[in-house]
Amino acid sequence: MIGLQHYLTLSAMLFVLSIAGIVINRRNLILLLMCIELMLLAVNFNFIAFSRHLGDDTGQVFVFFILTVAAAEAAIGLAILVVLFRNRRSINVQELNTMKG
Amino acid sequence: MLFQAILFYLFSAVLIGAALGVVFSRNPVHAVMFLVLTFFQSAMLWLLAEAEFLAIVLVLVYVGAVMVLFLFVVMMLDINVESIQRGLTRYAPLAIGVALIMAIELVQLIWMRSQADAMATAFAPYPEGYSNTKALGSVLYTEHVYAFEIAAVILLLAIVAAITLTMRKRPGLKAQNISAQVAVRAKDRIRVVKMDAEKKQ
Repeated sequence: MIGLQHYLTLSAMLFVLSIAGIVINRRNLILLLMCIELMLLAVNFNFIAFSRHLGDDTGQVFVFFILTVAAAEAAIGLAILVVLFRNRRSINVQELNTMKG
Repeated sequence: MLFQAILFYLFSAVLIGAALGVVFSRNPVHAVMFLVLTFFQSAMLWLLAEAEFLAIVLVLVYVGAVMVLFLFVVMMLDINVESIQRGLTRYAPLAIGVALIMAIELVQLIWMRSQADAMATAFAPYPEGYSNTKALGSVLYTEHVYAFEIAAVILLLAIVAAITLTMRKRPGLKAQNISAQVAVRAKDRIRVVKMDAEKKQ
């Protein structure tokens, strides 16, 4: 029987995989953005699983808002990426050290 | 019920495989395509969990809009794949180690209470005639209407921010100056010359 724990396990695996992806691909900014999208997907999985488990639709409303904010975030992130590439001709994270932070 | 379980494991296997493809693929275009597959499989799994509205929204909004935007940007930028590959292997063991530890801990915590609790039971099926879209809409437009409007403002903000960030004035571009065109007067362009009529030679 497929229940809450199966979905939670799947979402945990997805989340952990995206964390590994952020560490592995930490040079490529666009892959970092994609790994963040994967992470948000894992969070949405949790919300939907708990919403179905508890029989409360509020969790699905949360997923709706997370999808909205994630779409806005992706659009602005990609716009920043395009501007960055236009100015520096590179999206390598290691070369973005102008501010010496 | 068994068929649903088989479908769940099948979709989950494809989902994890596609997520691995996103993380480990060398070519960014392949990574985006794997991400599309990941989102599509997630939509299938949400359909299996009877969250139909969000599943369709995920396919339409994410696969249809956001992933196409990603693909567009990846193909537009001229990324040097060679320089990115150099750092791939150096941090891979550390990342995989950390990920394995976290995965084991999370899965243990999730499954620890499975025998004592009723968590392992399947989701209660919805009654006949239940509409997921209708239920979500009736909550969204009443209880969460302010949040809904804020979400709309956030989308507007994203549009304005993305356009202002990427807009630029290129030098040497031949463009119309609309206000100058509108403000022009007849006396600036035409000069009426008084002269005698020409006589036939």
